[in-house]
Amino acid sequence: MNDVAVSIQGVKKFFKLPHEKEDSLKLQLINAFKQGRQKGHDEYRALKGIDIEIRKGDFIGILGRNGAGKSTLLKIIAEIYQPTSGRVKVNGKLVPFIELGVGFNPNLSGHDNVYLNGAMLGFTRSEVDAMYDSIVDFAELHDFMGQKLKNYSSGMKVRLAFSMAIRADADILLLDEVLAVGDAAFQRKCYEYFDSLKANKKTIILVSHGMGVIRKYCNRAVLIDDGRVVCSGTADEVADEYLKLFSQSAAISKTRESGNRWGDNAVRIHDIDFKVADDTVKITTTLVAADKPVSNVKFGFRIKDTKGNVLIGANNLNVDGGQKLSFASKEKKKLEFLLPNILGNQRYSLSATVNSVGDEAIHDSWEDITSIHNSRDGVYYPLLAPATLRIVGRER
Amino acid sequence: MWKRLRERYKYSLILLRELVRTDFKVKYQDSILGYIWSVLKPLFMFAILYVVFVKVLQVGRGVEHWPVALLAGVVLWQFFTDVTSGSLKSIVSNGGLLRKIKFPRYIIIVSGTVSAFITLLINSAVVLLFAVFNQVEVSWHVLGIIPLVLQLFLFALGVALFLSAAYVKFRDIQYIWDVVSQALFYGSAIIFPISMIANIGSIGQTLTYVALANPVAQVIQDVRHLAISDTVPSLWTVGGGNIYLYFVPLTITIATFIFGAWYFRRKSPYFAEGA
Repeated sequence: MNDVAVSIQGVKKFFKLPHEKEDSLKLQLINAFKQGRQKGHDEYRALKGIDIEIRKGDFIGILGRNGAGKSTLLKIIAEIYQPTSGRVKVNGKLVPFIELGVGFNPNLSGHDNVYLNGAMLGFTRSEVDAMYDSIVDFAELHDFMGQKLKNYSSGMKVRLAFSMAIRADADILLLDEVLAVGDAAFQRKCYEYFDSLKANKKTIILVSHGMGVIRKYCNRAVLIDDGRVVCSGTADEVADEYLKLFSQSAAISKTRESGNRWGDNAVRIHDIDFKVADDTVKITTTLVAADKPVSNVKFGFRIKDTKGNVLIGANNLNVDGGQKLSFASKEKKKLEFLLPNILGNQRYSLSATVNSVGDEAIHDSWEDITSIHNSRDGVYYPLLAPATLRIVGRER
Repeated sequence: MWKRLRERYKYSLILLRELVRTDFKVKYQDSILGYIWSVLKPLFMFAILYVVFVKVLQVGRGVEHWPVALLAGVVLWQFFTDVTSGSLKSIVSNGGLLRKIKFPRYIIIVSGTVSAFITLLINSAVVLLFAVFNQVEVSWHVLGIIPLVLQLFLFALGVALFLSAAYVKFRDIQYIWDVVSQALFYGSAIIFPISMIANIGSIGQTLTYVALANPVAQVIQDVRHLAISDTVPSLWTVGGGNIYLYFVPLTITIATFIFGAWYFRRKSPYFAEGA
């Protein structure tokens, strides 16, 4: 029992959703008199009975689609929400926040925010004094600490938040979609941090709807769908199940708001279609610009196998007829990529990114948008194309 | 167990200090005069009140040091509304924070109360200026203010805890409180001398007792009596020195605080989803 860090036992969480706004006394009174008749609210069953045991030193990933109940579960573990029934036993010191940069005040300077955030982590001013320089070093924000946070770029904010968060002195860490923000350099820092956590035998609970991180870091994973645990096991096993979930619910892999998605939305992926015929793979997408015109736009996609390895990738610059894209305000453009089907008989997922050539702005980055199963008899591994075969020798 | 308890309150205190500090930093930000406004604002407010109530309306004519008594009353009332009306929406408006981080929820209300208390101290310094100007004599009775302000602090905090917790579920509370606090304001005899209530007629005496059962009124009149002029009637003088009369407002104060804290504690696990 002592090596259990978090034990989740039969946790259910139901939310009351009022039909209309039920926040007034009048409606409360009316409802009180309507006893027995239909009440003024529906019940939303976010969690329908969850049992998970997390051992000390586990790096566990909680996977699930939007609305599956992942974040609700995380909030119950963090004691931010109360479970409707069941209980959570936590053995060790829990980090008090579930997101980076919680409680930052945009009207305070970076310097003052370090102290405010430090207080939220439970550090006195003198304790923060002692670690102040190394926090600023890590965030690489020496020249900006006197500026107000509202004048920071989002990348700067994340850097500051991250260098604060790694100070947290806790045995159990809860992380909700931490990697949903930040550029590649920041994500690398996150990975390094995860590595150090792993080395220090901390327990980490990571919620995500992107499989990449979970596969890379978690030794265990749990898949949650519709408020229940669908399966649990190694990260790879669970990721495979997760991919199946998408093809079950969408006969054709039409766009759904489900993947691990972020970006500045200057140009968005409006819809995307991933089709595999015998000889060709066809990817069709509609991109739509926001209110402002945008130029130098690049759209790229990646096809990954169930292990998360990228097998094929292409963008509008490195293919025949390739060119940079420009959009007028609110313009829509439809693109179609055709490539030979060299994929084997397996399941594949599609990810795509719309970004700007030149600067590093990411307009829309969407991991694991959809998945399909390629059923080609007799071909089990991706083919190299163009591959040729010669019979170079013969003996009899 | 004891160690855990101490750890818990250590965290609350660290957070409380930092939140109050933040509150003051943000308050006068971007203004050229900055912190000076915290003194200038009451100074101008008092000047206006002085002209309107003392020179134009002449309500407190004949009452010793009435201008100072008026200001002391206004300052204490200001503290009470800062705490109560100021806290009313603070749980809901901090919903984003509550959903992302676990910390004792009462810190939000207590830090608001402490901020208001610091404002009260600054305002009191300005009132002191007026008192010196008005040649108010100071005696050791002034020390009596300390427990009285503490009582007001407790009462305001209790009301704030209840209001902020109730507002999460019942948004009507804000309108109800608007009306109730108006009634309390006039019932506490702040902008007119309490002797005017006693002079209403046959029921005047009874009405004074009723008015002074309200802790806000009792505290304000006691402060005026002790610090400004012993001719101001207080519950002590009205009741002919009957100490047991204080039982009523003190019970109301303590009961309000206990009820507010109990209600807040009971509801606080559900703030994150309600706010």
